[in-house]
Amino acid sequence: MCAASSPVAGRDGLAVLDAEEIRRALTRIAHEILERTHGGDEVILLGIPTRGVPLACRLAGRIAEFEKLVVPCGSLDVTMHRDDLRLHPARALGRTELPAEGVDGKTVVLVDDVLYSGRTVRAALDALNDLGRPRAVQLAVLVDRGHRELPIRADYVGKNLPTSQREVVHVLLTEVDGQDAVMIGEEEGQP
Amino acid sequence: MKRHLISAADLSRADALLILDTAEELSQLADRPIKKLPTLRGRTVVNLFYEDSTRTRISFEAAAKRLSADVINFSAKGSSVAKGESLKDTALTLEAMGADAVVIRHSASGAAHRLAGWVQGSVLNAGDGTHEHPTQALLDAFTIRRRLMGGRLGSRKGGLGGWVPPGAGGSGGSSPRVSTANTALDGLRVTIVGDVLHSRVARSNVLLLSTLGAEVTLAAPPTLLPLAVGSWPCAVSYDLDSELPKSDVVMMLRVQQERMSAAYFPSVREYSRRYGLDAARMARLPDHAIIMHPGPMNRGVEIAAEVADSARSTIVEQVANGVTTRMAVLYLLLGGTEFPAVTQ
Repeated sequence: MCAASSPVAGRDGLAVLDAEEIRRALTRIAHEILERTHGGDEVILLGIPTRGVPLACRLAGRIAEFEKLVVPCGSLDVTMHRDDLRLHPARALGRTELPAEGVDGKTVVLVDDVLYSGRTVRAALDALNDLGRPRAVQLAVLVDRGHRELPIRADYVGKNLPTSQREVVHVLLTEVDGQDAVMIGEEEGQP
Repeated sequence: MKRHLISAADLSRADALLILDTAEELSQLADRPIKKLPTLRGRTVVNLFYEDSTRTRISFEAAAKRLSADVINFSAKGSSVAKGESLKDTALTLEAMGADAVVIRHSASGAAHRLAGWVQGSVLNAGDGTHEHPTQALLDAFTIRRRLMGGRLGSRKGGLGGWVPPGAGGSGGSSPRVSTANTALDGLRVTIVGDVLHSRVARSNVLLLSTLGAEVTLAAPPTLLPLAVGSWPCAVSYDLDSELPKSDVVMMLRVQQERMSAAYFPSVREYSRRYGLDAARMARLPDHAIIMHPGPMNRGVEIAAEVADSARSTIVEQVANGVTTRMAVLYLLLGGTEFPAVTQ
């Protein structure tokens, strides 16, 4: 739940995954997706902005590398479906970009950086519901940090990261932040 | 961004760009099977229309409904206004009914501003007298940006392969976009032609388009320009023909005969000959130039039918863009906490 802010790497945070480890985790997830979807047939990768989108693109890249298979990837903005809109000032919208063939009858793999309360994923399921009727929806995350508030689980996890709710997890990606790392730190304003 | 939208001057460049970018995202909704978002569920939007309107009222109603807000339509005809109820009493009635936003159109300049002092919710000015019509200016800016600055069509070609990290493009925005996002209208030359004196659309457009960096020129007979036009952020010309070859956008205004209490020009025919846009004048425009009109049109007066129906005319597109732009405004004013502080 930290994707909104753009942290400075290395500043009072502990790196729990470095670039190599992120690369290996994504490689494993790409293989798992191929395995679980019987070769990646009819699969669409949809990243949740901001950092889910480059992750989805990277996964599509890996799959193309391993299987010579082009898996469409896109983005799905969930802002308008969030349940906490009224707790914050109105936010700028992210981008929704679906592959031209749509989602009907496809296996949609949602991709996000951190899985925390599960509320973003719930919003994504609602948003997807308005876009069509996928055959199945799966969830891939780079980090699962626990503390779920809804009955939601990930199908593919890069790393399970036991955290305290006082901690914040920042995923940094080259495409957005200029470097690859997963950082864990104390919440701002906490001692 | 402020709580109300009364004047285009209330919008900073960042606010205006946020609205246009939001509208750009929301415009995708029109291509989807379900053209509705749950964002404003449980919120009430009142359309308070003291003046006749087709486009604006329907557009606001469609925008609110697509965001799942409840819409109450109020028109002065057939209401207690006909019995002499004042604007304030009507406003307090609406307040008691729990309106989260009031969209007001009124024949008196400043009505929206007065209303904002009486109600708790957000006030959106949908045209007050000859003062302002900010959402029209926003949809015009949106239409211009889409037509002349690339728009989503340009970005589709790049697809996600064109992923650009924010900041890399120098925009510094928080969201990754490769389209017109954060693109203003810098350097575009917009000529607004006709009855500027009675036009709230002209005033809002001059303010907004100049905020966005466009160079605006008003072309009108001296009698149809307001006295204080010298203080507006725009140039003024009495000669339309000399402005046409250097215009990227020509915006024709309706001759508002219902507001005219004196003779501002000798005859409609003479006005039409000097300031009307016909095929011969259209031919003098640069090839990429577009022709806009806020509607309703007087065909044959300020714009010839063949021009209005030409491929360069964006008149129908403006109506479609009106819905998405108003959705963006409603979302940004009502979508967040009660007092949104959207931008820096």
